[in-house]
Amino acid sequence: MDVVRVGMADLRVVESPLILSTLGLGSCVGIILYDPIKKIAGLAHIMLPDSNNVSNNINKAKFADTAIIELINEMEKKGAKKERLVSKIAGGAQMFEFKGKTDLMRIGERNVEAVKKNLKKFNINLIAEDTGGNYGRTIEFDSNTGKLYIKTIGQGTKEI
Amino acid sequence: MSDQLKALNSNQLDALKEIGNIGAGNAATALAQLLNRKVNMKVPEVNILSFNDIIEVLGGPENVVVGIYLRVSGGITGNILFLLPKENAVKMLDILLGKQRDSTDDFNPIERSALLEVGNILTGAYLAALSSLTNMTFIPSVPALAVDMVGAILSVPLSQYGYMGDTALLIDTEFEEGEYQVRGHFFLIPDLDIFDKLFSAIGGVQ
Repeated sequence: MDVVRVGMADLRVVESPLILSTLGLGSCVGIILYDPIKKIAGLAHIMLPDSNNVSNNINKAKFADTAIIELINEMEKKGAKKERLVSKIAGGAQMFEFKGKTDLMRIGERNVEAVKKNLKKFNINLIAEDTGGNYGRTIEFDSNTGKLYIKTIGQGTKEI
Repeated sequence: MSDQLKALNSNQLDALKEIGNIGAGNAATALAQLLNRKVNMKVPEVNILSFNDIIEVLGGPENVVVGIYLRVSGGITGNILFLLPKENAVKMLDILLGKQRDSTDDFNPIERSALLEVGNILTGAYLAALSSLTNMTFIPSVPALAVDMVGAILSVPLSQYGYMGDTALLIDTEFEEGEYQVRGHFFLIPDLDIFDKLFSAIGGVQ
């Protein structure tokens, strides 16, 4: 099966039967949006919670708020219906343990919070998540079955 | 590329390279003493690369590495990351702890603290040299360790650069111990907003 790779701070939209994948998510979050009827899937690999304080943001895929809007737009162009979209998310780890959590160290947690807040804003149902922890994740989404596979170092693969 | 990084001229890049040279020179000496072996250091490189290119250069997002990470505060704020392939970290532990181990096992608490201590010693030496160069005080945090995919480890220091653009600046020095082939990268990743302060501290580089 053909796999479409999504880099850090990047997003892609595909149709069945393609597989969407992003590798080595740490504090970043992988956001899947999916139209199960049309089998259209989008994946964004976001790094940061919001673009509010960023002037002339060129890369919409980098921030939770702008990436979700961009995914919806790109998916609608391919024929997806916003009302049908569901979401699965993974990532948002705290890779390094530090005493006294600064904003920088909480970046993973903040990313997850921001993704959830923005999904709610667009009434998109979050149907599965694998977030937090202190380890990296590689994810693969099958646009035919709607299954999300999560690989970690030392903990094997799971499916959500 | 963020304008701030694009605007750096060759004098400023040379100055950053010199920071790497002086800091890493001291750190290499400290590592040689710790391992009781000769440690070679490559000429530091100042890399301004896109996030994805940085990760590719380090073996791709899923490459499993040992990362020892510290935040630096004080005169200049930034990140220090000591990165080595897992099998090299195992060899380093063989030298430090004087025993052979299976490279596939997870690190036990003693091995983890030995690796953290290496991070501490290298960082201390690096910052001490930087401190005498700039007359500033640097305060490293307690080091933290992760054994994981390089993409996941780098997401932490790179995310701060994300607010400014899709590129980051890393002062990269590669170390190598010849006999056991222990190789590692020592990165200083200064915060984006400190370049002016840094350049004026090292003699008004313009």
